[in-house]
Amino acid sequence: MGFFTDTTLCIGCKACEVACKEWNKLPSDGYEFTGESYDNTKELNGNSWRHVAFIEQLGQERDTSRWLMESDVCKHCTHAGCLDVCPTGAIIRTEFGTVVIQDDICNGCGYCVVACPFGVIGEKQEDHTMGKCTLCYDRLKVGEQPACAKACPTESIQFGVVDELRERAEKRLANVQARFAGAQLYLNDPNDGVGGGGSLFLLLDKPEVYGLPPNPIVPTKDLPLRWRTAGIAAALLFGAVVLCAAVRE
Amino acid sequence: MGTSFGRGGATTFQQDLQNSDCILIMGSNMAENHPVGFQWVMEARERGAKIIHVDPRFTRTSAMVNLHVPIRPGTDTAFLGAIIHYILEHDRAFKEYVVNYTNAPVILREDFKDTEELDGFFSGWHEDQNRYTFESWQYGSMDGAPHMDKTLQDPRCVYQVLKRHYARYTPETAAQICGIDAQQIIEVAEALCANSGRERTSAISYSVGWTQHTAGAQTIRGAAIIQLLLGNIGRPGGGILALRGHASIQGSTDIPTLFNLLPGYIPMPHALAHDNLKDFIESGSAMAGAWGNLDRYVVSLLKAWFGEHATEKSDFCFDLLPRINGDHSTYRSIMDMLDGKVKGFFCIGENPAVGSGNSGLHRRALANLEWLVVRDFNEIESASFWYDAPEIESGELRTESIKTEIFWMPAAGHTEKDGSFTNTQRLLQWRDKAVEPQDEARSELWFYYHLGKRIKEKIAQQAEPHADPIRFLTWEYPETGETREPSAAAVLREINGWDAQGKALSGFGELKADGSTACGCWIYCGCYKDEQNQTARRKPGSEQNWVAPEWAWAWPANRRILYNRASADPQGKPWSERKKYVWWDEQKSEWIGFDTPDFAKNKRPDYIPPNGAKADDAIAGGQPFIMQADGLGWIFAPTGLVDGPLPVYYEPHESPVRNLLYSQQANPCRRQFPRPFNESNPSPSELHGDAFPFVLHTYRLTEHHTAGAMSRSVPHLSELQPEFFCEVSPELAQLRGLIHGDWATIFTSRAVIEARVMVTGRVKPMILQGKEFHSVGLPYHWGSRGLVTGDSANDLLQITLEPNAHINETKGLTCDIMPGRRPRGEAVPAFLNDVRKRAHMDVVT
Repeated sequence: MGFFTDTTLCIGCKACEVACKEWNKLPSDGYEFTGESYDNTKELNGNSWRHVAFIEQLGQERDTSRWLMESDVCKHCTHAGCLDVCPTGAIIRTEFGTVVIQDDICNGCGYCVVACPFGVIGEKQEDHTMGKCTLCYDRLKVGEQPACAKACPTESIQFGVVDELRERAEKRLANVQARFAGAQLYLNDPNDGVGGGGSLFLLLDKPEVYGLPPNPIVPTKDLPLRWRTAGIAAALLFGAVVLCAAVRE
Repeated sequence: MGTSFGRGGATTFQQDLQNSDCILIMGSNMAENHPVGFQWVMEARERGAKIIHVDPRFTRTSAMVNLHVPIRPGTDTAFLGAIIHYILEHDRAFKEYVVNYTNAPVILREDFKDTEELDGFFSGWHEDQNRYTFESWQYGSMDGAPHMDKTLQDPRCVYQVLKRHYARYTPETAAQICGIDAQQIIEVAEALCANSGRERTSAISYSVGWTQHTAGAQTIRGAAIIQLLLGNIGRPGGGILALRGHASIQGSTDIPTLFNLLPGYIPMPHALAHDNLKDFIESGSAMAGAWGNLDRYVVSLLKAWFGEHATEKSDFCFDLLPRINGDHSTYRSIMDMLDGKVKGFFCIGENPAVGSGNSGLHRRALANLEWLVVRDFNEIESASFWYDAPEIESGELRTESIKTEIFWMPAAGHTEKDGSFTNTQRLLQWRDKAVEPQDEARSELWFYYHLGKRIKEKIAQQAEPHADPIRFLTWEYPETGETREPSAAAVLREINGWDAQGKALSGFGELKADGSTACGCWIYCGCYKDEQNQTARRKPGSEQNWVAPEWAWAWPANRRILYNRASADPQGKPWSERKKYVWWDEQKSEWIGFDTPDFAKNKRPDYIPPNGAKADDAIAGGQPFIMQADGLGWIFAPTGLVDGPLPVYYEPHESPVRNLLYSQQANPCRRQFPRPFNESNPSPSELHGDAFPFVLHTYRLTEHHTAGAMSRSVPHLSELQPEFFCEVSPELAQLRGLIHGDWATIFTSRAVIEARVMVTGRVKPMILQGKEFHSVGLPYHWGSRGLVTGDSANDLLQITLEPNAHINETKGLTCDIMPGRRPRGEAVPAFLNDVRKRAHMDVVT
């Protein structure tokens, strides 16, 4: 299961941020005026699992003036770096295909933080374990949709089966391309660097404009190769040592 | 709205916006302040409708629409005037609708003079009394049906008067007033015209951006004229949607907290004019239309309130109703508080110390009371002003000399009590209590019910007549639980009313004037039909037609689109298949459709009233506006408004420029309160009119709720907008040296406050009459209490009222701004004295 976040429909009301925090009992992230348009929560982290980005693109020409809004969330990657590196097994792939941190197992080592190409994960204020979107695992268990999707008044956040969402996203892109300059899909390609997201997005500009990496690659992508290389090197080394020893003898 | 169409409510419902071919959102930031309803605008946009936002700022609403037009705050009437000019000039009105359903053909009196003839005034102006008398605005003939010219050619018919009146509102002139290009107005006008007619409809949606001006009612009248000319009232996808400022504001005018109304828009009796019920009924009821049955509504109301005591012999206890003898509106009462005429005050669901215009004046008024009851979740600023307020900080007020005794009581939240909300579209929706209120928190219903019970007990033994209104009042509702919470459903049932057998009524058609029926609010009659709480119905939209008549209940009679007889042509056929809604079924001999017809069910479209017909029988089969005595939509309002039968553009009370259209600068009927701490910044034509060079306007953000009592105490909302900020253009920032993210000091002749600076391209300078002007935008949510605090934008405002609705101008004043933090303590009054001196305001203006 996953999200399709369609930014052409996002009105920046932040109901998703509030619904997420209310349901998941997350604390406020501090009361700081950032001056970054209407965004005062700044980023996804351990205490904010949904985050609405505001990008002002206002030129002199009213026809091209835009105020982009995008509700960001954990991407629930097909190839999830966080899951790969978690040394305690706290991060799991659930029966819904989502990536979830079990906070009773997490020891707060923070390896997952650096393994996420999107900077989604952070430390939770409450118990110093790592936190991020669970796609409301507890709600899914009882047949409810995630709190953010439920609260979204304009269906900018849609919840469903990832394959169906991908199809829907393609259709939606075809529908809006003529109306919205720069419309493009993000993380809808299963062959991209993270194997496609469980959260996909319809953006109105390049991903980097929203603070998203343009070509995200799971950092553990080359891990098997590295292990192989390391294995060969070790074997060679071992061979050399044995050889040396044999020669000395 | 009431004057133009007959009822003071939105003519349509938010879900119907999905059927619009064009939506004009103006005086409203719908996406930010009505995000849930805005989904229907998005739905319309996705279906290909043109969505237009006319608003001073580029907001989250503007970001979603096809066209944004940034006008100067307070110039809406000029903008709408130019649209009317365009419709008339290019002959784009929906003629068949206009001729049959509006008063455009009515011939006006010879002695009626328009503003064209009297330079900004209508006939009937009394310079010495600052008011109009209305005789000359009446129809030419009031004996029976008014005289009409259905060819619309007679020079004295409303249509021709309108043409002359709006001749000067050219897009070019309006553009100079609004600070935009004429082409932008033409684009909007053309979009509305192209999307109106038989096959298409356009809707207009507004909120407090229109009402909070000294000419607010006339702005709404402008929209009414446009929608009548284009034939968009009573039809799907059309209408005017009044988006209310917060939950149940519609309900608080229906069952009013207003001083001059009884439930259901029945006027409050006047001390001098209404000695008995007969006088009152005669002066208040119309010969034709629904108001012809006023006696039934009033008698049933008196039965609901005074029960067995209300008999024919006791004149149904009419004498026990309170009387008014003048203006007792909120702001007038504040002035009276300052003057020591009001001793006590209940402050419920509001926070005037932050939320009302010129909040400093309100705090001074509260400090002059003997007692004050504040019921809220937290100790809001209106309860803490005696030790924590700008006036205390500056030393102008001293805690030890404030005598007000304050009773602060914890209130239950909306999830902690049963009850109904009446929302923006007249829809009553029931909500059940989810959790018990904590500790001593109680519902408002509990508070008033038990307060009433105690007062009744105390007064029971008093035989004096002045105790009768309380002694005779019916006050019995079932109580439940430990806290003895009264039943909200029983209150709703009383509002609905019952017959002589005590059976719930099913509609106001059943009300009687003989005392056999009781009904707490005639327009809500039917909300408890068949002994069922109709407002609690929750049948999903997917299981019924798109109008969803089985979701909750709307007044009147569960109608969702008002005046829907107009969705059919004079013969009763839908104007088009695409826009069919309610129509005449010849075989069944009744009106049918998707909604409850807003018309007598079996009245034929060709019905002509016989001579001497009264009330609804006097409304012809082709007249959809059944509340009006003439059954017509009022393009010209012969009665109902004190400042003119047609909208006129006047500058806001405080303005940086001269009125381009008339030599009269501001609305001559506006209500002013010149007094210390409520000084007016000088405007052009007055000396030193440029002393406060920038336009000031206030507004709200999605993240907070009004004066902040419900959001500044909630961490999850407070973090989203933690600090008070001002929004300025890069040009103004450069002009005044304001730095993004830093502090700015904003001041008027009333107050000086500080805010963080938000420099944004979303705010643009305006070119007015060839000169560049700037605006300062301020969200008004902050005060000194709560998790996030800040100065209150409303401290800067001045109190001058719109003369019909007594609403304060909050969205178009003048101010000045400079970089850095504000003065503190005793330096504040000194600073303001200096400001006033520099503006040469030695005398109170």
